[in-house]
Amino acid sequence: MSAASAPVAVRRPGLLASPHLKRLLTCLMVGVVLALLTGKSGSNQHPASGITGTFKSANAYVWIAAGAVLWAAITGWQWRGVAVAETYRGLSARPRAVWAMRPVRYPSYAVLLLAAIIVPNWLNGFWQEVLVGQIAPYVLLAIGLNVVVGFAGLLDLGYIAFYAVGAYSAAYWTNQLPAHPPFTVNVFWAFPLAVVAAMLAGVILGAPTLRLRGDYLAIVTLGFGEIIQLVAANSKSVTNGSEGVAPNSVPNFSFHALGIHYTWPLEVLPGGHMPWYYLILGIIVVVVILFHLLENSRVGRAWVAIREDEVAAEACGINPLKYKVMAFAIGASTSGLAGVFFASKTGVFDPSSFPFQQSVVVLVLVIFGGMGSLPGAIIGAAVLQYLPQLLRSHIQQPDLYAYYGVILIAMMIFRPQGVWPSRRRAREIAQAEAGVGGADALGAPGAAP
Amino acid sequence: MTAPAPAAIPTSEAKDVILDIRDVTLRFGGVTSLAGVTLTHNRGEILSVIGPNGAGKTSLFNCITGVYQPQEGSITLHGTGGDAELVGRKPSAVTRLGVARTFQNIRLFNALSAIENVKIGVEARQRTGPIGAMLRLPRTRREERESDARAFELLEFVGLRQRANELAASLPYGDQRRLEIARALATAPQLLLLDEPAAGTNPSEKLELAELIQTIQRDTGTTILLIEHDMKLVMSVAQSVVVLNFGKVIASGAPHQVQNDPAVIEAYLGTAATSQGGPDAEH
Repeated sequence: MSAASAPVAVRRPGLLASPHLKRLLTCLMVGVVLALLTGKSGSNQHPASGITGTFKSANAYVWIAAGAVLWAAITGWQWRGVAVAETYRGLSARPRAVWAMRPVRYPSYAVLLLAAIIVPNWLNGFWQEVLVGQIAPYVLLAIGLNVVVGFAGLLDLGYIAFYAVGAYSAAYWTNQLPAHPPFTVNVFWAFPLAVVAAMLAGVILGAPTLRLRGDYLAIVTLGFGEIIQLVAANSKSVTNGSEGVAPNSVPNFSFHALGIHYTWPLEVLPGGHMPWYYLILGIIVVVVILFHLLENSRVGRAWVAIREDEVAAEACGINPLKYKVMAFAIGASTSGLAGVFFASKTGVFDPSSFPFQQSVVVLVLVIFGGMGSLPGAIIGAAVLQYLPQLLRSHIQQPDLYAYYGVILIAMMIFRPQGVWPSRRRAREIAQAEAGVGGADALGAPGAAP
Repeated sequence: MTAPAPAAIPTSEAKDVILDIRDVTLRFGGVTSLAGVTLTHNRGEILSVIGPNGAGKTSLFNCITGVYQPQEGSITLHGTGGDAELVGRKPSAVTRLGVARTFQNIRLFNALSAIENVKIGVEARQRTGPIGAMLRLPRTRREERESDARAFELLEFVGLRQRANELAASLPYGDQRRLEIARALATAPQLLLLDEPAAGTNPSEKLELAELIQTIQRDTGTTILLIEHDMKLVMSVAQSVVVLNFGKVIASGAPHQVQNDPAVIEAYLGTAATSQGGPDAEH
């Protein structure tokens, strides 16, 4: 036992402080959580049976063993030393550099668009339904919220309210509510009308509340979302209250001009989804192009300036309130667009179609994809809206949000900037971690002058 | 219609005042930060505001730029576009009237490149809105070209042309100071406020800075209001000096007069006004 003792006694860190052991425990815990999630469910009579049942099956130990393997893999990877890390960094930098080249980028966009047009034709009806009903509208919502959260750095927890404004506008202007419009229009005209209505709602909410910063703004927007839902539920003479809009009352989109008469078909018909898909794909493409131009303009730079340092932005002649309201209104009107599509496609909704939870889901899509990045918002919405459908046959529906949670926690630990972050955002997060300036309105409540 | 009184002639003719600060008082609760500060600043001159820490120098800057609203007094800008009262305006409005500033602790947009930082300044004078930006209207495209060109020009002017595409945060300290000045100049100011531009710079950077400040005055005709602790710098560039202590103006005049003013020497707690050092207590 007589080890060669050092002249100066160095206090050994506790056993638990060893990074290897810590990581091993973490990996094993991940295994346990996954085992619980995939194992037996408890019942109301025997809540604990989910846990005991899980660990009676061999499945659980496979997961835990997988955790151990994960630990071994990470540790082994690290032992290979810095040289490996350097190679890896080089590899991850290369796609960026390649992507930055115009001759690569623009044809890639064209190919992706072409794929988006052609590939869904080969899907079966169920997946087409998922695409039109679950994924595409949320892509549009995420792109809109990205302007508010990603570009301008404002936390909006009541975003779905503008979706409701859009949907109710569509119902109003097609005369499907107890309140009658001055004239009835084709649903297509509901798009501009709903955009205006949602934009007004955004300005009315934004102008007084956007003076608040960070957390305070989040709470106020949350309240606004609830107010819209409650007003819709309680003003029976205007919105038909909690009964909402009757099934198939908001007419399907139809086009009557230039001698063409076309009505978007019911979805139950074979191939009934695709016309709807092309409609919303067209909307998404236009909105993406507009927002891309917006991001790289004077307005986009003003948002970055406000996000990074509001005091300095003001010293550069930027009126923060004006630009924040602008971001809010643009985000809201995008949400309104999606709302009209939703109203016409499903034809049935009521106030409970717009719960707070939906606002959070859209926010999650944006954060998962990478704040401030248009491809990020699209990827985030596509992946996270597709996943539940994919998992549907494997997990129980009530467990769904547990998986969501695990994915998000893992994401925030290992890749806080999101799947496809904007370069500016990624830098801001890296700088905030290194202590150069605060992250933005989402994090620090801007420093006092 | 009688001839104007002779007494009015000296002030209106010999002195072309750009900034007129009168009896400005700023209080935070019971603390009086500025107590009836009055000073005038002549067009084209470099005026330096000095004083011990906590004397109210930065508070004065914040009152001019609209960050703080003083309880009493008036601050009038006699700009090329007419006279304007600055008290009661938002910082962004003050900037658009032609008053730009830098900050004591540098406040650049760190995640943006040097050129983007300056472009944001240039765009203070542009009018592209969201609709124009989304539709790429002709004016948007023209303004974009103009802001690119102007931003490169200004980077060239402060000697950062080679670093245009580097991130602001990755620039050396002295370059960050210069970049902040370029960004302030980009808003096309008539009056430039520099808040301790030499703080934290090394002696050779200080020399370059003094040169830059003089070049700005000479080439652009911009009037400069300078807060600075480094007396050597103040003495080399300023045409006149105002000394603040406890929120009051205790002396003003030409640099060498102020330097030997007993009240000033006392304000710096007995720091000897040596032949060239002067009240250089802080650095």
